[in-house]
Amino acid sequence: MSTETVLEPQDFYVRQAAHDDGEHHHETGTMLGFWIYLMSDCLIFGTLFATYAVLGRNYAAGPSPADLFELDMILLSTFMLLFSSITYGFSVLRMDKGDLRGTLLWLVVTGLFGLAFLGLEILEFSHLWHIGATPMASAFLSSFFTLVGTHGLHVTAGCIWLVVLLVQLGRHGLTHENKRRMMCLSMFWHFLDLIWIGVFSFVYLAGVLV
Amino acid sequence: MAAADYSRWDPLVGKLGWDIFPFHEPVVLVTFIGVVIGGLAVLGALTYFRLWGYLWKEWFTSIDHKKIGIMYMVLALVMFVRGFADALLMRVQQAWTASGGTGYLEPHHYDQIFTAHGMIMIFFVAMPFVTGLMNFVMPLQIGARDVAFPFLNNFSFWLTTSGAVLVMMSLFVGEFSTAGWLAYPPLSGIQFSPSVGVDYYIWALQIAGIGTTLSGINLIVTIVKMRAPGMAYMKMPVFCWTTLCTNILIVATFPILTATLVLLSLDRYLGTHFFTNDLGGNPMMYVNLIWIWGHPEVYILILPIFGVFSEIVATFSGKRLFGYTSMVYATAVIMILSYIVWLHHFFTMGAGANVNSFFGITTMVISIPTGAKMFNWLFTIYKGRIRFEVPMYWTLGFMLTFVIGGMSGVMLAVPPADYVLHNSLFLIAHFHNVIIGGVVFGVFAAMTYWFPKAFGFRLEPFWGKVSFWCWLIGFYLAFMPLYVLGLMGVTRRLSQFEGTIYSAYFVVALAGALFIAFGIAAFLIQIAVSIRNREALRDTTGDPWNGRTLEWSTSSPPPYYNFAFTPKVHRIDAWWHMKQAGYQRPLEGFEPIHMPRYTSTGIVLAGIITVLGFALIWHIWWLAAVTFVFSIGYGIDHTFNYDRDYYVQPDEVAGIEGDRTKLLAAEAVSK
Repeated sequence: MSTETVLEPQDFYVRQAAHDDGEHHHETGTMLGFWIYLMSDCLIFGTLFATYAVLGRNYAAGPSPADLFELDMILLSTFMLLFSSITYGFSVLRMDKGDLRGTLLWLVVTGLFGLAFLGLEILEFSHLWHIGATPMASAFLSSFFTLVGTHGLHVTAGCIWLVVLLVQLGRHGLTHENKRRMMCLSMFWHFLDLIWIGVFSFVYLAGVLV
Repeated sequence: MAAADYSRWDPLVGKLGWDIFPFHEPVVLVTFIGVVIGGLAVLGALTYFRLWGYLWKEWFTSIDHKKIGIMYMVLALVMFVRGFADALLMRVQQAWTASGGTGYLEPHHYDQIFTAHGMIMIFFVAMPFVTGLMNFVMPLQIGARDVAFPFLNNFSFWLTTSGAVLVMMSLFVGEFSTAGWLAYPPLSGIQFSPSVGVDYYIWALQIAGIGTTLSGINLIVTIVKMRAPGMAYMKMPVFCWTTLCTNILIVATFPILTATLVLLSLDRYLGTHFFTNDLGGNPMMYVNLIWIWGHPEVYILILPIFGVFSEIVATFSGKRLFGYTSMVYATAVIMILSYIVWLHHFFTMGAGANVNSFFGITTMVISIPTGAKMFNWLFTIYKGRIRFEVPMYWTLGFMLTFVIGGMSGVMLAVPPADYVLHNSLFLIAHFHNVIIGGVVFGVFAAMTYWFPKAFGFRLEPFWGKVSFWCWLIGFYLAFMPLYVLGLMGVTRRLSQFEGTIYSAYFVVALAGALFIAFGIAAFLIQIAVSIRNREALRDTTGDPWNGRTLEWSTSSPPPYYNFAFTPKVHRIDAWWHMKQAGYQRPLEGFEPIHMPRYTSTGIVLAGIITVLGFALIWHIWWLAAVTFVFSIGYGIDHTFNYDRDYYVQPDEVAGIEGDRTKLLAAEAVSK
């Protein structure tokens, strides 16, 4: 090992190439950092899922999931979100080809699917609210609204980010920074999809089965 | 004057009103006058010496990890004085009432004091202390020029400060929580705590906690991605290992705190039923969630300190650390185990014998890797050439004290014993034993050890030793009586006592607190004396302790780019190896250095968020809405700034390095 070989003074520091290294680190650092952020966000959802698991059957003589959930509509909004992930994938494929117009186009489509999902969620929530199934009615509804609502807030944030990114792409094109941002939003968007799979099966499907 | 009316609400000013200032309480009034006079003096001095511009340009907007680290330490020191003042108030009250007096604090005020003391000491003293240390030391130890996300680092610091500002504000504007440092519901719910106290607690923690999470992500990425070439994981200094494990714990637990506080806020603000007694809520859910964060939190505090002592023991024993590999594994094992012991904080919940046994055993198991560390330090000292400098005083004080605290911890880990000791002063004595004997002693050791690196001159050792002895004696006087009182059955958080049988113990504890006060004063004197004698204490070499790790290879204080050339690492204790191998500083051939630009976005954004927090606490919805939208807009605006870095030109580097060469040459001549 190096401990046996005789080292010269210049073996203890780096000349040249160091800067390329630094740049390289910085890029991959952002992706790793964003990935770790997503894991921390995942823990927030984990906490909300755990809370739903513990409190989700405390109906307090109020309505239960079987009384409230309309699976057809939930399935529709699930597909809106799944489609939006696919179209985001198309956008990234266009980006890799260096096609700015295609990238923007598919991003817009993604945003529209996202908005459709949000619209359906707002419809569902306002319907529940209307029939008296508010978050204040029971611990089940408190944990249900918080879990699903937190996901909805994330999708809203994703949509706002998407608009910002559209403007930035429009201004600066497919630069290095913008590509990095595209990839970060991509991770965020697919992550929300994944969380929704959990919500759909764990809250809606399991709720109706019980 | 009656207590403020927190049930009223006005669209313009929310719950604010003229009766919210608690100046009818003499203690608060005197404090307020003191703070106003002191504050005016500081502001006046800053203005008189024209320091505002300097502070703003060189510190507040700085994204240099060293300056941010120092600012964290300053914040922690200021809050430490506040938290300690609370402790002293309580010690006086208890000694007084246990001796037959009526005391001078009414229960409602006393409850705010113990809540503030606990919350401030953990979140705004211990946390910024260790975060500041990790920020300052770790990048230097891995041979990096900054952290991975320098702007985020600045923003994290200001978020922490924002939380501290809100807590301090609660002293004079409205009132603070009375629900204890973890705000258990249903006491912290809207039904039993209708005032703004718990809201201050929630938003201060929420804002500071997000800062901590972001800082955790930042430091993990820094270690994973920015180590100097050749520094494999198993060649990192132990402090970097403990920093890595600590930040993994931060990212793995602080989101749980965030989510839990959100649920508590929803209960309070919207009337949901997560932790209420009615409509299906379950307060024990909160207790579980908060401790799933809370137990790892204590390891977040102590792990970096284990790293500090590892560095200090090796340096002042003149040996490489005994059992490096076992130290790394012990740290990792503690990190994992800390996640599966949380229930030992509430064995009395009655989860059943099997559950309690599981958590009791995992808790006891943690003492094995911790014990391994203790032996590693002992064996490092064994047959070493020990230099008995001030950091070594703290280290030996720590080893003795922490072992005692650890043993009382193992006693508490036995569920049947815990049924007797739960919530007694025995518990209070235990956790102060490990937090003071561990974290506080460690922070003082670390400040003495790295002070010359940060400021270019050593701390005057005499006052350091005075501070150490006052702290050591004060600690034992203050907390050993609490063990006894706990065994006698005294519970925590009491402001009044029947009879005087506890009198002697509480008076001794007060004497201990006064010793600790002298210890703090001696530390502040030490800093003042050292600044005055800085020329005599100057460290021109950059390596005042004959250190072993890379931070000692650069000048004291380091240039803003840390290293003119990125170091190349071949072994553990890289700098020691370089000295052994006859390393020569390169004097020419400097290259451009890539550095981030300073920005005021962090402090401005955190300022807006502070106002947002205030608006939410006082239910001023229009202001909350405006500041929320504004902070989002400001954050988005920041992402439109693509010009965030620059290159330091080689001639500037050559100039700075040339000055150091002259300094080193002069030093060599004078020797």
